[in-house]
Amino acid sequence: MSREFTPKVVTANDLIEGDAIWLTEDDGWTRDMAQAELIEDEAHGQLRLLHALSQHSVAVGAYLADAQLGECGPQPVHFREIFRTRGPSNHAHGKQESA
Amino acid sequence: MYHYNDFDTAFVRNRVAQFRAQVGRRIDGSLTEDEFKPLRLMNGLYLQLHAYMLRVAIPYGTLNSRQMHQLAMIADRWDRGYGHFTTRQNIQYNWPKLRDVPDMLEALADVGMHAIQTSGNTIRNVTADHFAGAAADEVADPRPVAELLRQWSTDHPEFQFLPRKFKIAVTGAKADRAVIRSHDIGIQIIEKDGETGYRIIIGGGLGRTPMVGKVIRDFLPSADLLPYAEAIVSVYNQLGRRDNKFKARVKITVHEHGIDEIRRLVEERFALIRSGFSGVDQQLLNGIEAAFAPPAFDAAPIGPYAAAYGADPVFRSWADTNLSRHRAPGYAIVSISLKKHGATPGDASSKQMRVMADLAERFGHDELRISHEQNVILPHVRQGDLPAVHAALKAADLATANIGLISDIIACPGMDYCALATARSIPVAQEIATRFDELKLEHEIGPLKIKISGCINACGHHHVGHIGILGLDRAGVENYQITLGGDGTETTVIGERAGPGFAADAIVPAVERLIRAYLFLRSGPGETFLQTYRRLGLSPFKSALYDEVRADAA
Repeated sequence: MSREFTPKVVTANDLIEGDAIWLTEDDGWTRDMAQAELIEDEAHGQLRLLHALSQHSVAVGAYLADAQLGECGPQPVHFREIFRTRGPSNHAHGKQESA
Repeated sequence: MYHYNDFDTAFVRNRVAQFRAQVGRRIDGSLTEDEFKPLRLMNGLYLQLHAYMLRVAIPYGTLNSRQMHQLAMIADRWDRGYGHFTTRQNIQYNWPKLRDVPDMLEALADVGMHAIQTSGNTIRNVTADHFAGAAADEVADPRPVAELLRQWSTDHPEFQFLPRKFKIAVTGAKADRAVIRSHDIGIQIIEKDGETGYRIIIGGGLGRTPMVGKVIRDFLPSADLLPYAEAIVSVYNQLGRRDNKFKARVKITVHEHGIDEIRRLVEERFALIRSGFSGVDQQLLNGIEAAFAPPAFDAAPIGPYAAAYGADPVFRSWADTNLSRHRAPGYAIVSISLKKHGATPGDASSKQMRVMADLAERFGHDELRISHEQNVILPHVRQGDLPAVHAALKAADLATANIGLISDIIACPGMDYCALATARSIPVAQEIATRFDELKLEHEIGPLKIKISGCINACGHHHVGHIGILGLDRAGVENYQITLGGDGTETTVIGERAGPGFAADAIVPAVERLIRAYLFLRSGPGETFLQTYRRLGLSPFKSALYDEVRADAA
């Protein structure tokens, strides 16, 4: 039996800035993961990923990452994705600067 | 030191212009990422977790003050005001924007630098002993050979698509400070019956399958270096596995075919191509050697040194820890620690880069070195100038007296930056250094090398750390494995895995238990951690790591 599908977001890096971005429901990209589209259906997830991969003048290296619904919207599950919403731990650079 | 000739300058400028056009085509949509990626990697541009990263080559770790000033300028103008020095003697900028990168490369070309072949399946930046040209124990300066290899390997048409990346290191001394036995090719300059030549070692490497390099030629006459190196890479280029990335490095080729068979094939190839090297390479080498002629050492009175050493305990502690013996009387080699307790190993701010550049210009014959241990070296300083150098370093937060001690940790960028990492390395290094500084035990512990990698690729050289730490992802949680007894010198040994890994909040206490066990077990203050480990083996250290925990759990 295949594993049960867990909720996902589509994420990538911005072509110019290089930072983490997330796909929104209206086909845009956001730098705030809470604004991203939370995908709860596997087939829909594949379609959204295909859409993201076609946006090669905006987004680089799109993939599906596990997410869960928090109070304000989708939140990361894995620590790597938590770091991507924040920035490095040794300097207050990256997304945490403007947070 | 070597200065670019017209050919080098034109080549590097040309490459910048090419890359500028490629970036333009990527941004206007003419190139897809699949098309662009190999082009950016050829020019040292990675895409990491939070941003692009530009890796700039510092060939054999040698810089002059003008180049260091330019690195500082680039950090301020296009990055976040700092740079990260790496275990390949390179510098990495962590925050460039794609459209700025051609300008950054142009600024590097202005001072005879580039980012070419700092990535990809090519021959990477050739590294060398960071004390080259200064060490008292040296047969010859390894940098002319390293520069010859840089020129030969840069854009070498046969070697742009090797099975995997290829790393070469050179040392001119018996004491191996360049980790040559962990390289694809390690070269040691030696003397035999009054003749200078090379011992050639191949098939060393860390990563997923660590291997100690094997001697392929015990003595290679100096005139044969390039044809022999070309024969090795050529044999590897044909035999190396392209079916499996994890088995593609030359260490696996050597392991699978055996060193004797590889030697036979290399010698066969060497015999075939040798005559093609008409001696032009040797003429080139002569010119390069002239460029690396040592500065005119003029021993000034060491008076101020002796006075400061007697009067100032802070200076004395720094001098005892951070100076090494120089070949010229009245001189010393200064190691500047980029490992202030709690700071990121290998990071230097632009302000610190400028201070180091100014010191090199004023007191150091205009030379700086980057060590694979992520520190900066002033190779030629008059002993009499040391108190002034120390005072300037102190004012710039660069006078930490910890070279070779427990807080002088190698750490890769880990998951704070790297897209390949499976766990963070930097915070572990920061916490270990902070903890042992609090305990004030560092100097009592003595020589100890801790090396931390944030994934199996081992950029942090954990396999050859006396204590090695490898960060992994275990079921979605950071977990740290310890290896013990590794050694990256002329007596290279791959460390032994101690046992199950530790959670992020348990790794520093685990290291502390190891150190307390060592202090208890050593035969006296003169016996180093590594010596104690070699005398007693893994068992008592394993007990220190796990018994107490097991007792707690019971």
